[in-house]
Amino acid sequence: MTLLEEPIRELGRRLREREISAVELAEEALARAKELDPTLGAFLRVTPELALEAAAVADLRLQEDPAGAPILCGIPVAYKDVVCTEGVETTAGSQILRGFVPPYSATVVDRLSALGVVPLGKLNCDEFAMGSSNENSAYQLTRNPWDPERVAGGSSGGSAVAVAARLACVTLGSDTGGSIRLPASFSGVVGVKPTYGRVSRYGLIAFASSLDQIGPLAKTVEDAALVLTAIAGQDPRDSTSVVAPVDGFLGELRAGVKGLRLGIPKEYLEVGLDPGVRAVFEQSIRMLEGLGAVTQEVSLPTTEYALSAYYVIAPAEVSSNLARMDGVRFGPGFAGATTLKEAYEQARHEGFGEEVRRRVTLGTYALSSGYYDAYYLRAQKVRTLVAQDFDLAFAQVDAIISPTAPTAAFRLGERTADPLAMYATDVLTLPANLAGISGISVPAGFAAGLPVGLQVLGPYLGESTCFRVAQSLETEARIWDRLPPLAVAPA
Amino acid sequence: MSTIAPSPWEAVIGLEVHAQLLTRSKMFCSCRADYLGLPPNSNTCPVCLGLPGSLPVINEAGIRLTLRTALALNCEIPQFTKFDRKNYFYPDLPKGYQISQYDLPLSLGGWLDFEVGGRSVRAGITRVHLEEDTGTLHHAGEIHNSTFSLVDLNRAGVPLMEIVGEPDLRSPAEARAYLATLRQVLIYIGVNDGNMEEGSLRCDANISLRPVGAEALGVKVEIKNMNSFRSVLRALEYELTRQREVLDEGGRLSQETRGWSELEQRTVSQRSKEEAQEYRYFPEPDLPPLVISRAQVEEVRAGLPELPAARRARFQSQYRLADEQALLLTARPGDSQYFEEVVALGVTPQLAANWQLGDLQGLCNTANLPVEKCRVGPAPLADLLKMIEGHEVTANVAKEVLAQAFETGEDPAELVRSQGLGQVSDTGEIAVMVDQALAQNAKAASDYQAGNDRALGALVGAVMKMSQGRANADIVNQLLHTRLPRPGG
Ligand SMILES: [Zn+2]
Repeated sequence: MTLLEEPIRELGRRLREREISAVELAEEALARAKELDPTLGAFLRVTPELALEAAAVADLRLQEDPAGAPILCGIPVAYKDVVCTEGVETTAGSQILRGFVPPYSATVVDRLSALGVVPLGKLNCDEFAMGSSNENSAYQLTRNPWDPERVAGGSSGGSAVAVAARLACVTLGSDTGGSIRLPASFSGVVGVKPTYGRVSRYGLIAFASSLDQIGPLAKTVEDAALVLTAIAGQDPRDSTSVVAPVDGFLGELRAGVKGLRLGIPKEYLEVGLDPGVRAVFEQSIRMLEGLGAVTQEVSLPTTEYALSAYYVIAPAEVSSNLARMDGVRFGPGFAGATTLKEAYEQARHEGFGEEVRRRVTLGTYALSSGYYDAYYLRAQKVRTLVAQDFDLAFAQVDAIISPTAPTAAFRLGERTADPLAMYATDVLTLPANLAGISGISVPAGFAAGLPVGLQVLGPYLGESTCFRVAQSLETEARIWDRLPPLAVAPA
Repeated sequence: MSTIAPSPWEAVIGLEVHAQLLTRSKMFCSCRADYLGLPPNSNTCPVCLGLPGSLPVINEAGIRLTLRTALALNCEIPQFTKFDRKNYFYPDLPKGYQISQYDLPLSLGGWLDFEVGGRSVRAGITRVHLEEDTGTLHHAGEIHNSTFSLVDLNRAGVPLMEIVGEPDLRSPAEARAYLATLRQVLIYIGVNDGNMEEGSLRCDANISLRPVGAEALGVKVEIKNMNSFRSVLRALEYELTRQREVLDEGGRLSQETRGWSELEQRTVSQRSKEEAQEYRYFPEPDLPPLVISRAQVEEVRAGLPELPAARRARFQSQYRLADEQALLLTARPGDSQYFEEVVALGVTPQLAANWQLGDLQGLCNTANLPVEKCRVGPAPLADLLKMIEGHEVTANVAKEVLAQAFETGEDPAELVRSQGLGQVSDTGEIAVMVDQALAQNAKAASDYQAGNDRALGALVGAVMKMSQGRANADIVNQLLHTRLPRPGG
């Protein structure tokens, strides 16, 4: 058994009681990465020196003031490669950012560093977080630890796999349309998509600015709540971040679900759910009802339009956000180009992968004069309707539950030839991004040996309720500590 | 004999003026807004470099100065405003988009009154909005044959206000006067330094021709690259002639953007309508929309200083100055402030105006200094002028002392005292000199008595020369008249 199987509270106790040191913990994490990651492909780069240095500092802190040291002190973490880390190459999984070493760190990294976490490195993801399977990374494939022939889910695939395979205690990912919740479901870990504005986006390489949120992936709901508590809160460097209390995440964690009203959106059951997924979902409903929750059907009628709206708004923002990747300062350059236009075309064609180019093209089109009203403006109207659907639903229920995805992890290559099929993977997760509300995916069971997550959606700033429901299910389902086959080092 | 037929064409001109705001920091980060003279790319941070992951934060001072301008230009301030992204690729634009304002600008619908050829004209202001400046490019040689270009992002993100004027101007002279008046207002309210050469104030123009009396507008040409009042005037005059010639010959103009070539003194086509940029504006998702409260607007309005036109009118009524003098003394805030300080120290306004606009302005022009920066401050000048009023020094001596003080920074009144240049008003002392002058200029004396008025001037001059300019001219005249009585005089 590895130390990395322990939840943060238990590790914290052992660190404080000097049973283990932060350096030992870091060394074990680094050793596991070295041994297991060549198969899994979760890390794009491991930073052993930084990890050991931070661990040594954490040990000093734990030694000097065991009671006063933050709970995350000495805990090994890793960041999705869209999160800027000062002095450590940050590529967003793209060729065009190969060699980009940010001179600054994201606010979330600063906050966690201040608490004494141990940074293990940067995690693989779909290029600029665009994808649902991690197959769009320019660098490597990330495999599902439950079945190496299946995808990890995306775009925070590396973040999910690193936790599932116990390479890191917790990781950060980013969720624009389901990019935390989906891989969390596919890999059997907890993934939180906070309310828009809950966590600072400063230092997050933007995919779609109005949809992106950074959130934690963890083994347990409590670990996720601990990390979200640490990274949430208003940031003067992000004008879209909000001022709101964060004490409820942990404070109400074990308040149970007795009397909670849980809505089941009928439209979410009409998206072609895999029978195994449906069975796990029905089992989750029974568990939660058994704990005293009251379930009822709700309706989110604009669900069928949400996907289309999302694939106008997100690419529109992408086309603008990625314009700075013009070959002048990033990317392989444009040797041989004879005009400025040619230089841009060359740099961007060579620097971006196919899916990124597709979305940039879609977005550019949607914003062009003559098409703006028909696409972008109309999509924004749909977005408003999607948010109103949720408002109406949350007037009747405290939280909404559904499967996180229609299926469990699919096979590598299964959807790469069909972008629309790939996009449909996010059909149950992306409405929450359009509405800006909170959501969690928590391991709920298995279908044919593959993990299946339950998605809990809460209202705006309603994370506490999501955590309560997820914690109740985690306690009842008792599967969080089940190890995937690829998390076990060959003897 | 031939007469020139009146042109059947009327010019329709509108100006778009860009003004860098005098804030301390840039529009969306905390780098300095004053970037001139700094080593390339040293005045930058992740935000204005447009590094991946960085986010803009609004500089409230930029909003305030834009509101100030909008109110000075009689604009309406809507309650709701937002920033948008203007997307285009260029190496001086680090993010690949400029944060600007599109359909909901900070202000709309104002006007500017100005004078041209003694006539008062009112031109509409379409809008005043806020955006960020770009970086600058340094080409190796001329742009068309340079082998590389260097990008400097020190300027990127400096707050840039755009003042869009209605096409209400009817001649290049009107355009020039509009721009000069606008510049004066911007300097008065402290939002911009008015420096066109260094590009902190820039002007683009739209110009078209239409038959006199017609309503519909002709084909519009946009002119860029004018970096002085002179070039604005010249470029518009050139363009007016060019368009008139095309139309007179029955030709057709095309909608395009033309650049003013200072070197060749002509406009050159840069971009046709077909090549026009597609900016793909959309709301900036990184910045929440702004709600401007009425209280905020009123606070900014209350903080507006007196504007040039109002000050000019006040100078005429309060100080009884001629229009021309009032105009000159209110040209810049520094001029009027200097003047009012001198007057506040007890100097007659007319005397203060004469000296500031006369001798002192002359010295300043030669030294290329604004009056408030010269070495003779309002207090020393006031002391000197009060000595004139008190007959303690003659105007001639005062002129020389002022010039000396201007050079050395010494106190002019002190110079008068230390060098014994005080006016001589002792009648006995002057009488001795008068008698001596009469003795030495007997012919002039008899000429005067014979009726030649000009001869008296020679006698006064002789006395002044003897006294080194210090003799009280009134007493000299009085004594001469007593000594040389004229029959019937
Ligand atoms: Zn900056």
